[in-house]
Amino acid sequence: MLNPTVTRDPAAPARLLLTLVALTLLWPGLSLSELDLGVLFDGSNAETMGVFLAGFWPPAHDQPFLALLAQATLETLAIATAGMALALLIALPGALLATRALSLSALSRGGRPAWWAQALRWPARGLLIVLRSIPEIVWALLFVRAVGLGPTAGVLAIAITYAGMLGKVYAEIFESVDPQPARALLAAGSSRLQAFCYGVLPQATGEMLSYSVYRWECAVRASVVMGFVGAGGLGQQMDLSMRMFAGGEVASMLLTFLALVLLADLLSRLLRWRFA
Amino acid sequence: MKLLARLLIPLALLATVVAAFAYLQLDTATLFGREGLGQMAAYAAGFLDPDLSPAHLRAIGRGALETLAMSAIGTLLAALLGLLLALPAAGRFGRAAQAAARLLLNALRAIPELVWAALMVLAAGLGPNAGTLALALHTAGVLGRLFAEALENTPPAPADALRLNGGGRVVAFCYGTLPSLWPQLVAYTLYRWENNIRMASVLGFVGAGGLGQMLHMSLSLFQEAQASTVIIAMLLMVLAVDALSGWARQRWVRG
Amino acid sequence: MILSLSGVGHTHADGQAALCDIELRVAQGERVAIIGPSGAGKTTLLRLLATALKPQCGQLELLGEQPWALSVAQRQRLRARIGLIHQAPPLPPRQRVVTAVLAGRLGQWSLGRSLLSLIYPLDAAGAAAELGRLDLADKLYMRCDQLSGGQLQRVGIARVLYQAPELILADEPVSAMDPVLANYTLGVLNREAQQRNATLLASLHAVELALQHFPRIIGVRAGRILFDKPATAVTSEELAALYANEQLSHSPVPAAAFAPPLHIPRC
Repeated sequence: MLNPTVTRDPAAPARLLLTLVALTLLWPGLSLSELDLGVLFDGSNAETMGVFLAGFWPPAHDQPFLALLAQATLETLAIATAGMALALLIALPGALLATRALSLSALSRGGRPAWWAQALRWPARGLLIVLRSIPEIVWALLFVRAVGLGPTAGVLAIAITYAGMLGKVYAEIFESVDPQPARALLAAGSSRLQAFCYGVLPQATGEMLSYSVYRWECAVRASVVMGFVGAGGLGQQMDLSMRMFAGGEVASMLLTFLALVLLADLLSRLLRWRFA
Repeated sequence: MKLLARLLIPLALLATVVAAFAYLQLDTATLFGREGLGQMAAYAAGFLDPDLSPAHLRAIGRGALETLAMSAIGTLLAALLGLLLALPAAGRFGRAAQAAARLLLNALRAIPELVWAALMVLAAGLGPNAGTLALALHTAGVLGRLFAEALENTPPAPADALRLNGGGRVVAFCYGTLPSLWPQLVAYTLYRWENNIRMASVLGFVGAGGLGQMLHMSLSLFQEAQASTVIIAMLLMVLAVDALSGWARQRWVRG
Repeated sequence: MILSLSGVGHTHADGQAALCDIELRVAQGERVAIIGPSGAGKTTLLRLLATALKPQCGQLELLGEQPWALSVAQRQRLRARIGLIHQAPPLPPRQRVVTAVLAGRLGQWSLGRSLLSLIYPLDAAGAAAELGRLDLADKLYMRCDQLSGGQLQRVGIARVLYQAPELILADEPVSAMDPVLANYTLGVLNREAQQRNATLLASLHAVELALQHFPRIIGVRAGRILFDKPATAVTSEELAALYANEQLSHSPVPAAAFAPPLHIPRC
């Protein structure tokens, strides 16, 4: 049995290139991010953190504070819910405009719209992408400057960002369900809205609801984060308490936040199980 | 009766939405009235003329690189730490270690990045180091749990066979388990990196460096023109990373 | 004596007795085939010899050591001198064949070398040489999930050949191959064992192949050794007794003429 000549490893050049690229990017990456793990173990820093964390126990539980906590929590929930409701108002029309599932030119092309039909949909798609690409906290910061501190800024920020997210995903859901019913209706002469309501919506509702409820859960967390820049709710209170180094209050609010997230998760799973 | 029962949950949801608006007492009249809209329009007008001077663009370039570096290094650290914690969390070292690892991972991921960043600014001072550490710690919790689930679903037979042929534990893991685990590790890490680019811009608000810190400063100083350039830069960066990560996923994870 | 078992027994976790009172002595360089009906305990015996299972009773001595009296590190070093060929090769689907074969020497390489070889195979020529013996050299850089069952089994055999152990244990090494290929592969395995002066124990379902290639046959039935004798001394009555009550009649085919080693069909 002759030993065959060994060919070169076909994966070697690509792997070598990848390793070199990773190594060349690592050095500037480390220097730009100024990574220094030592601060975590440094004596004086550890002491500062330790003192800060020690103030966490016991968590504040006096009556007036608990009332404030309850009010802030309800405000956070309200911000998330109101924001999602407004987002839906924008997302649904946006998704209808952007989706290819209701394309008339696709009927004769086996499902792919003509190039001009695709181009007409680009403004709507582009708008949705832009809306969701700017982090909601940036919107929150802008709105706080525009309309002042408080929950309004949070509601508007969530409305805009989540409109983009919901709109894009809804458009994709519409395109992913069985297209035959809608196409049959369109071919028989119904309007696009009718074809949507009778052909696409019945199939898509489950997925839409499931994703929306999941997004609501994210909105609750986002509302807390936006509170740090003044958009009301639990986050704003946490920011105030942190500035005052009131460790006990921060601890109570963190615990409430964790409980809220858990509750939202449970509720979301219940609704998704019930509906989808 | 049946109709009422079916409508119960949708009606309840509707009622909740109405209650939310009522609770917030959003002053929609002033907000969307002539004055309110006029105020917002005036504020928005300041953004329509972004500052494109070379000095500012250079500063933005550096800020963008800082944000990218923060998110990349932070996610990389998180993947390493997450993998290390995923091994005990998947039960490879016994029940006690599994419980402890899961507790640690849950604690890491439950605390939002912004709170971690505030803590890290306390420890490490202002600047991108705090942001990198905050991202690393939070994402380690998220990735660790995802990795542990993926690890539990990987068959142990290849690694066991290599142990039987005399290999050590580390090489048995690398040659036997890692090849099957690798696509999922890469997919999850890329997905979190996408997310972390957005978060890295945000962490700047608490002083953790990057574009976020620039945005916070310019908005606080009411320099809308400069702020609008920063926002455009953030937008472009997020779009570029989405596209890059989508391409990388198609190339490596599906194949 | 390269391996010696006396009074060895093993019971499965669910209480079923797999092996009872096994007496076995094998000298260095011997080639032994283990045959018997399904569920007789052939796989359990081989796994015991590979130190994958610990015997509940009896004495087990391998390569001059008592494996279960050693520390974990010493037992790992002992295991590097024993190679087990699995019936279903435990190869990760996305791994390339070259890496899978090189994994055979993980017990002998340092950590640094092992990790480097994962990214860039350091001894591709060595792996290619072993694969070439089994007519798989052209599959060197393919992924394991692109191979058929018979090809995967041959990769498993190539891995153990690359490991170059003193004791080769093969659990149904040719079960997924067609008769001509199975014959050829067993021939290669036996030749390599002879050339390296390694001891070979293989469990086989195909009695005719066992009689053809191996000078010593052990018959196992219901966890006990029924007979242990040279291949030429095995009678058809003993074989019938071994496989009694099997659904299919198993009349042994007399030693057929060798198929020539050239012109084998590609799998």
